[in-house]
Amino acid sequence: MAGHSNYVPQSAAAKWLESRLPVISLMRGSFVDFPTPKNLNYWWTFGGILFFVLIAQIITGIVLVMHYTPSTTAAFDSVEHIMRDVNFGWMLRYLHANGASMFFIAVYIHIFRGLYYGSYKAPREISWILGVIIFLIMMGTGFMGYVLPWGQMSFWGATVITNLFSAIPLVGEEIRTWLWGGFAVDNPTLNRFFSLHYLLPFMIFGVVILHVWAFHTTGNNNPSGVQPKTQQDTVPFHPYYTIKDLFAIVVFMILFAWFVFYVPNYMGHPDNYIEANPLVTPAHIVPEWYFLPFYAILRAVPDKLGGVVAMFGAIAVLFVVPWLDTSKVRSGTYRPLFKQFFWIFAAVCLALGYLGAMPAEGWYVTFSRIFTVYYFAHFLIILPMLGFLEKPRPLPASISEAVLKSGSGTPAGAAAAPETK
Amino acid sequence: MAHTTDAEEPNRRDFLYIATGAMGVVGAGALVWPFIDQMNPDASALALASIEVDVSAVEEGQSITVKWRGKPVFIRNRTEAEVEESKSVPLSDLPDKFARNSNLPADAEATDVNRGVEGKENWLVQVGICTHLGCVPIGDQGDFGGWFCPCHGSHYDTAGRIRKGPAPENLLIPPLEFVTDSMIKIG
Amino acid sequence: MSTMIKMVRSFAAVAAVAVSAPAFAAGNAPHIERHQWSFAGPFGTFDRGQLQRGFKVYREVCASCHGLRQVAFRSLAQDGGPSFSEEEAKQIASEYTVIDGPNEDGDMYERPAILADKFPSPFPNEQAARASNGGAYPPDFSLLAKARAAHRGFPWFVFDAFTQYQEQGADYIYELLISYPDEAPECLGEDFSGNFNPKFLGGSITAEACAHEHLTGGEIGMAAPLFDELVEYTDGTPMTVDHYAKDVAAFMMWAAEPHLEERKKIGFRVMVFLIFFAGMLYFTKKKLWRNVDH
Repeated sequence: MAGHSNYVPQSAAAKWLESRLPVISLMRGSFVDFPTPKNLNYWWTFGGILFFVLIAQIITGIVLVMHYTPSTTAAFDSVEHIMRDVNFGWMLRYLHANGASMFFIAVYIHIFRGLYYGSYKAPREISWILGVIIFLIMMGTGFMGYVLPWGQMSFWGATVITNLFSAIPLVGEEIRTWLWGGFAVDNPTLNRFFSLHYLLPFMIFGVVILHVWAFHTTGNNNPSGVQPKTQQDTVPFHPYYTIKDLFAIVVFMILFAWFVFYVPNYMGHPDNYIEANPLVTPAHIVPEWYFLPFYAILRAVPDKLGGVVAMFGAIAVLFVVPWLDTSKVRSGTYRPLFKQFFWIFAAVCLALGYLGAMPAEGWYVTFSRIFTVYYFAHFLIILPMLGFLEKPRPLPASISEAVLKSGSGTPAGAAAAPETK
Repeated sequence: MAHTTDAEEPNRRDFLYIATGAMGVVGAGALVWPFIDQMNPDASALALASIEVDVSAVEEGQSITVKWRGKPVFIRNRTEAEVEESKSVPLSDLPDKFARNSNLPADAEATDVNRGVEGKENWLVQVGICTHLGCVPIGDQGDFGGWFCPCHGSHYDTAGRIRKGPAPENLLIPPLEFVTDSMIKIG
Repeated sequence: MSTMIKMVRSFAAVAAVAVSAPAFAAGNAPHIERHQWSFAGPFGTFDRGQLQRGFKVYREVCASCHGLRQVAFRSLAQDGGPSFSEEEAKQIASEYTVIDGPNEDGDMYERPAILADKFPSPFPNEQAARASNGGAYPPDFSLLAKARAAHRGFPWFVFDAFTQYQEQGADYIYELLISYPDEAPECLGEDFSGNFNPKFLGGSITAEACAHEHLTGGEIGMAAPLFDELVEYTDGTPMTVDHYAKDVAAFMMWAAEPHLEERKKIGFRVMVFLIFFAGMLYFTKKKLWRNVDH
């Protein structure tokens, strides 16, 4: 990570520190002098946006914990206390609740960017796998966070998801009881979810550092997929990408603020403003929107264990994507067939999301099954075959050539991705 | 063409950078405030800022303890002997010369009259928190017939004034008034 | 720039499909119209008179069955609410009795409420409420305006994010209250002795005779609670069911979201700041990148 720093300590104090703990040259090498491909488009800013959202979630979360009470008798009322009495409590809570949605919006864009530009391919497999791990921990964190307000959806969401584990053969029932700490979702469950919800974000933070370390070792991917060859192909991270990321973060904050201040309950579910009642299930249980595609896959399979396996399989398959894609070409920009299948796949994921919110009946189930099969086929059949069947377009010799070819003689607004030309 | 732009640029660019940077600082400053203010007492805590206590059942020589803002408040109906004893103490014997009475100016002297409730001097109402490090003193104890703090050995007299030990100030008298003859409003 | 446009477009598409609203209730889900409210939109504020009238309706009609347990009396006098004076709020509080204690003898005792207290609930618990209401549970009003929403369906829920539609609860409460028919539908049969409401989200119609009537809603535990001239209005507002319903729905929206005005006010400032700041960052970025082909 530190290899790229041209930092030479000047003062005596800096020299003293550098010879003992080279933290300044480490930071400079990673986030100041780090040579970054000069053609990264705005899809690449979502990494920085995600880091911002993670920090925002941790800060608002720490602050909310100062007022929240994790107990089945007090949790719901303590959230209302935050909303009504705590100074700016309503803002902090809406920031945190909508921040979770923002986190997932950004992470899905980030993942699809990686899929389109082949960022998972050698030599960046480890970075990709760490990313999938982050995604998994995020899902756990999001799920357990949604339980904490102890509304109806909190309770029944927790019940349904923990019951998934009972599908495991032989030990399923025991695992479920162990997760609950009782014979239903109750106070012990709420308390352990609270504890883990506080812990997991810091684990995410740790894995994020590894994730960044990994692709700083290999160098960033870029829209052309061609490795930087000369200094002409890169710019230092600061100030070029710090300012670009900052701009993107502030634009993202506008979207964030729109939800927090104007439609704060849009992403939520009305039933979660009813306190949890273990005796009455709401008419329609829906998970948070970011789980809907996976929820649709779960329900598409008419077998309890099969559904659970399919759902976890849908995430697990991401781990092996680097080895399923057989194409020698990295970026989707130069892969005419792949490009089309990529967009079909994206549409299928959105459709699964929609179906996940619909009741499991009639045509909804039929389509859920078709799209579930397609989801897996994309990774297990289409991706491997495309590498052999597709004739990629000629690759540019270098990033500089790719930039010139895309016709950007004009510096202003030249951030356009090649595929938009 | 390029030459002229370059010549002009530094100034314009500096201005743009400074303005953008300044705006970022302002924004960050505004953002920090909610995160600080959330730790201040909230609306429900502020609403409990005052309480009313019925003291009709407190006989002479008796005390009650009530909770005000989460702290104990000693309300004592003092005996005449206690009042006399307190009055007889010369100001020069007191480590803390000020009354520490929220209802009086900060420089009021620590006479017995200034410690008691105005017009009802047998009543002594004080926050039961030792001015040393916040323990709760025990009543009817200590070398001066008043309160004694077990934590670090501070002795208070029958008017709640510090007489011996590490505590720097007399016990605090909260804002209060008799709403009726037997009803005290604290806060 | 074309990337930007494309990003925005993709974003809208993702938001469109991914942010899905609750599922369809099979068959006879009521349709709830979007109504005009003073508190809707980016500059929405509560109408003080309406909140005060709504509170009056609540107190005189609804409060005998429906609690308001999250709301404190002090809130009646806070900014952005019905804006009663502190004296008025104290007066209102003192008309309620709350249980406090224990006293020195260890007994709980009743006393008049003060500003710091919250509204006492009409029933001590859900079981008692059901026992007194023929098995039905009158829900607490504190959050009801955020806890009820009719399903919007595709593509309406997409537009809702852009048009800032967050008043589904108030719309539903209003329509429910004004939609009690004079007579229950005939197909329910002469034996039907309950209360029918075509807008009731929790209702269902099982009578076979109704299968082809395209009815929505169903049986509801609450009988029509409002009648013209039921509550005395002193500010000249017509004393009709329609006005009562609208006022009480507005009051419930405030009870559920007491910081709504503050939220929108701060939101506007935040938006203006962010848009300006983003603009300046954009030009700074452009300037920095001007000599790089990228």
